[in-house]
Amino acid sequence: MKILILGEYEKNGMKRATQSAIRFAQSIDPDAEIETIVIGWQMDSVIQDFKRWSNVLIADHESLAVPTADRYGRLLKTIVLERNADILLGATTTFCKDVLANAAGQLGGAMVGDIIGHDNRDGELLFQRPMYAGSVVATVRLIGTPKILTVRPSSYPPSAETGEIFTTTKMEIDAAVLPDLVRYEGLRSQSSSRPDVTEARVVVSGGRALKNSEDFETIVGGLADALCGATGSSRVLVDNGITPNELQVGQTGKIVAPDLYVALGISGAIQHLAGMKNSKTIIAINNDSEAPIFDVSDYGMVGDIYQIVPDLIKAFHAD
Amino acid sequence: MKILVTCKRVPDPDQKIRLQADSREIDSENLPYILNPFDAIAVEESLRIRETHGEPVEIVAIGIGVEECDKTLRTALAMGADRAVLIPWDSFLDPWNVSGILEKIIQRENPSLVLMGKQAVDGDSNQTGQMLAARLGWAQATFASRIEFQSGGKLKVERETDSGIETLGLNLPAIITADLRLNEPRYASLPSIMKARKKPIERIETSELGWAPDPKVEIINMSMPQTSRKKVRLTDISDLVARIKEALKTN
Ligand SMILES: Cc1cc2nc3c(=O)[nH]c(=O)nc-3n(C[C@H](O)[C@H](O)[C@H](O)COP(=O)(O)OP(=O)(O)OC[C@H]3O[C@@H](n4cnc5c(N)ncnc54)[C@H](O)[C@@H]3O)c2cc1C
Repeated sequence: MKILILGEYEKNGMKRATQSAIRFAQSIDPDAEIETIVIGWQMDSVIQDFKRWSNVLIADHESLAVPTADRYGRLLKTIVLERNADILLGATTTFCKDVLANAAGQLGGAMVGDIIGHDNRDGELLFQRPMYAGSVVATVRLIGTPKILTVRPSSYPPSAETGEIFTTTKMEIDAAVLPDLVRYEGLRSQSSSRPDVTEARVVVSGGRALKNSEDFETIVGGLADALCGATGSSRVLVDNGITPNELQVGQTGKIVAPDLYVALGISGAIQHLAGMKNSKTIIAINNDSEAPIFDVSDYGMVGDIYQIVPDLIKAFHAD
Repeated sequence: MKILVTCKRVPDPDQKIRLQADSREIDSENLPYILNPFDAIAVEESLRIRETHGEPVEIVAIGIGVEECDKTLRTALAMGADRAVLIPWDSFLDPWNVSGILEKIIQRENPSLVLMGKQAVDGDSNQTGQMLAARLGWAQATFASRIEFQSGGKLKVERETDSGIETLGLNLPAIITADLRLNEPRYASLPSIMKARKKPIERIETSELGWAPDPKVEIINMSMPQTSRKKVRLTDISDLVARIKEALKTN
């Protein structure tokens, strides 16, 4: 089987999410020929890192400097057809959702998104994926090839490094054949010194109980820092402009599964649970003893986060 | 300008989902259905564009599905859409097939902008808009949190990505999928609900569109995931500290 993976990177290296996608590819077929595609411009240090995980197909060109779905989608279509690939896959991230579904629209549409498990039944691949905000898990099969997949990173541990250095292949890029339907005008992100919410071992999240960004920073940020963790938030705080969108955990935000998830003043709506219910340990603090979040928590404390959390932070700093 | 807005009928996300005995489908008996929340945001955005756009704007709501989608489309009409089209279909359709039907409708209606929800909260696929853009070769902007019309038919779209807010410039025709922060949909007033009853809902059979199903995804079965948690209540901060330390120690 020939599997292509759409790689994602930051500064100098592969994102953990892509390492999970590689692990998934290895687990659906241990004999698969795997190639990770890296698209962008001037990516030398990134490529050095990618070589540690699998064979690499490099699409390095000025015309690919910014990630637009029209160009990347067309390029992926060409690569899949040229390489006669059986599967094109990536992690469930906004980048892959945007680009891979566009590529799938040019490649016959056999796509399944956000895979959390798989089976091999008589040589046929079956995939598990959540529906209805995670209330239901469906087992599906795809009809036709190539198959386009996205894989939930928290369901597959990152691929292990073997010490092997893999081979790279550089593609010829003809910018003239690439579409030019959108202009990329920039990215605004709130730089944070904290780890990414999807990669951290500890996530401390805040909900409507937090009245403003200062309180969020002191209470949620304070506890996250004491535990060397990341901060997350419910939808409500993003809607109210208290937290940036990249912190939203849930059905339509990020999916996390850290060793410890601490929910502060979050009621536990199904859409929020969809993003964190597979965390190893869940701890909730909420002043409503009936809040549904307690039903999915290992440990709960009823009370005001404004009183409890500062004491908790103090206790950790005292250590 | 003509704007096409997609409107899917989905179970109310606040309701508990149950499965049928054969675990092939959800149990829809007594389940209240609503307009997919993301599609409601798309409808709202089309109305705001009409309210602020210099030229006349026609808004056409499209539904694909069972006869009851009629009600879902009435919601869009009550919010302010001008007319609606229902393509009757009574079994599961995957995103490839939905985008195939939409492509045919678009060839018939010739809109210059298609607004859709970024995902439907039943299937949670988040693929139909992208596949449609690919099929048509149109500009694509997913997860939109802001749409601004500029002079000369140009659009500026802000989109919510995992790493922050990205800005794209596009020309029409385009497919834009709505995220939560694009707007807050209005509630239809009683008079507009009354008025919507008189607005036309055209029915077009898939055969009339020259479309035939081409299934790509087959759902084999469904299950309800169970998680069991300890659910221990703590009252002392020191216990809380101990439990946190324990959780950090594992593995
Ligand atoms: C289409 C759609 C998609 C959605 N996607 C998401 C998503 O991805 N992520 C998400 O999170 N939500 C999502 N939602 C929203 C979701 O339904 C809930 O509205 C939201 O999660 C509630 O956020 P919350 O728990 O912060 O607020 P609330 O439900 O208002 O809960 C606040 C909680 O804080 C407690 N509290 C208040 N003050 C204090 C205090 N001082 N100390 C302790 N406790 C206190 C209250 O008892 C309450 O339980 C979505 C909704 C829809 C319709």
